Amino acid sequence: MFRNQYDSDVTVWSPQGRLHQVEYAMEAVKLGTATVGLKNKSHAVLVALCKPLSELSASQRKIIPIDDHLGISIAGITADARVLSKWLRSECLNYKHSYESIYPISRLITNLGNKMQTTTQRYDRRPFGVGLLVAGYDENGPHIYQVVPSANYINCKAMSIGSRSQSARTYLERHLSSFNDCTTDEIICHGINAIRGSLSNDELITKTENLSQLNITIAIVGENYNKFTILTDEETNKYLEMANNSNSLDDQRKPTEVVGTSGSDDDPKPGPSDSDPQVAVGTME
Amino acid sequence: MLNNYQSSGYPLWSNGPTPGGFYNFTGGQQTHKLPSELVTEGPYGTKRNTSSITTGSSVLGIRFDEGVMIAADTLVSYGSLARYQDIHRVFKINNNIILGGSGDFADIQSIKRNIDQKMIEDQYYDDQITMKPKELSSWLTRVLYGRRSRMNPLYIDVVVGGVDKQGVPFLGNVDLRGRAYEDYVVATGFARHLALPLVRERKPADRDFTAQEASDLIRKCMEVLYYRDTRNMSKYTVGVCTTSNCLVEGPYNVNENWTFAANIKGY
Repeated sequence: MFRNQYDSDVTVWSPQGRLHQVEYAMEAVKLGTATVGLKNKSHAVLVALCKPLSELSASQRKIIPIDDHLGISIAGITADARVLSKWLRSECLNYKHSYESIYPISRLITNLGNKMQTTTQRYDRRPFGVGLLVAGYDENGPHIYQVVPSANYINCKAMSIGSRSQSARTYLERHLSSFNDCTTDEIICHGINAIRGSLSNDELITKTENLSQLNITIAIVGENYNKFTILTDEETNKYLEMANNSNSLDDQRKPTEVVGTSGSDDDPKPGPSDSDPQVAVGTME
Repeated sequence: MLNNYQSSGYPLWSNGPTPGGFYNFTGGQQTHKLPSELVTEGPYGTKRNTSSITTGSSVLGIRFDEGVMIAADTLVSYGSLARYQDIHRVFKINNNIILGGSGDFADIQSIKRNIDQKMIEDQYYDDQITMKPKELSSWLTRVLYGRRSRMNPLYIDVVVGGVDKQGVPFLGNVDLRGRAYEDYVVATGFARHLALPLVRERKPADRDFTAQEASDLIRKCMEVLYYRDTRNMSKYTVGVCTTSNCLVEGPYNVNENWTFAANIKGY
């Protein structure tokens, strides 16, 4: 593990102007399995890859519903995500009690950011070791937000976080211009195809052959009172099928193809080469 | 941002170690300050005022097809004395909401200040999201019910109206106990007895009022209220809120006609 003179306390700066503990927390996000969030003009979709911790266990829940109009997908320390989701849920409930309406997504995320920021500025705290993709729908339409342990939050058109998520982001970048006019089915298929990019090569071979082995969770929220819903196994399989068919026409990478860049963001070294903040695929405003 | 500690609700140092005391490292729990009625010593607790002092009388609100109108006269009485005669009691809250207040005027001013602060908070998010009339009505319900539960009610009766983002009009009433309802016509004070039936008997069964009908009804009702309610005066303001505009108009004067007075004998 990397040791640094200035990394023992969150509140201590390094002479290069970095907070190493915060950056380490950002690395925790990259240990979680990948998850993708994207939206068209009416719906926001989350797709998460669920890998069981061991052969003997069930896979962990990757998508957490918060309220009727939003939910989160997580990558990183699940226990931290549980704390955050509990807080988000109670905020939404309080808001609903006071105003009998839904919490605007942007405000909720702003307040979440403020809550997470305090942990990066107190010696008796540690940053949350979890990254969130928030999918929600409010009066301003569908939203995808990315929230990182440094308490930054980014309004995204599409985003992917978690291990090997760079290739998913590459996929999203390539198709970004088409998302807005996609149908809901198409946007889900894009999400599945994007997350497929985060699989390692041998996983990709077995799981392309046997669809049901690709263990993913899909959630959708959108207009016309389409509440935040996690799709059932049958629906998920239907979309996997659909994505696989659209896949064959597409320029989606084949299992045999060697991907040079994959895994580069798994590198936990906070070296100067990756000192820039993670680049959003496309941000709004 | 020095003030960031305040806004996040976790002051950096206020729950730090007290000199000479033990410091709990996982601390951060806030001790809530109990309201004074719960901590006042002695067997009888605290007694609050049980009536209003300076009062505004009726407020009348009418919903029409594309918005709402709320009217109230400009009088604030001190008992039966017509003490302040040019006080507006209908307020524009934001571009979607108007509010008319009756009851204790000090309490109206107090809650108005709170609402205005909330509108400022809305603005500093800078996200083009503003409060809707239904949300304000709900919030008032919570505040007023909370106050009555603490045996310290705000002596007010308010009419909240406006349009939501889809342009659907809303008109509702919240009173001092936090009771609330919504309807196409809403009134407080004497207007509930005098104006409400007048409006209801003119309501077409199959459609909403038009803006013109609502405006005519308001004028008629304010006239009736002026003649028949001793705590009214002839000057009134009207708040109008539709999708396209939201403003308080006036003051207007009711059409006074006292020629009949000469015929009244026996007093």
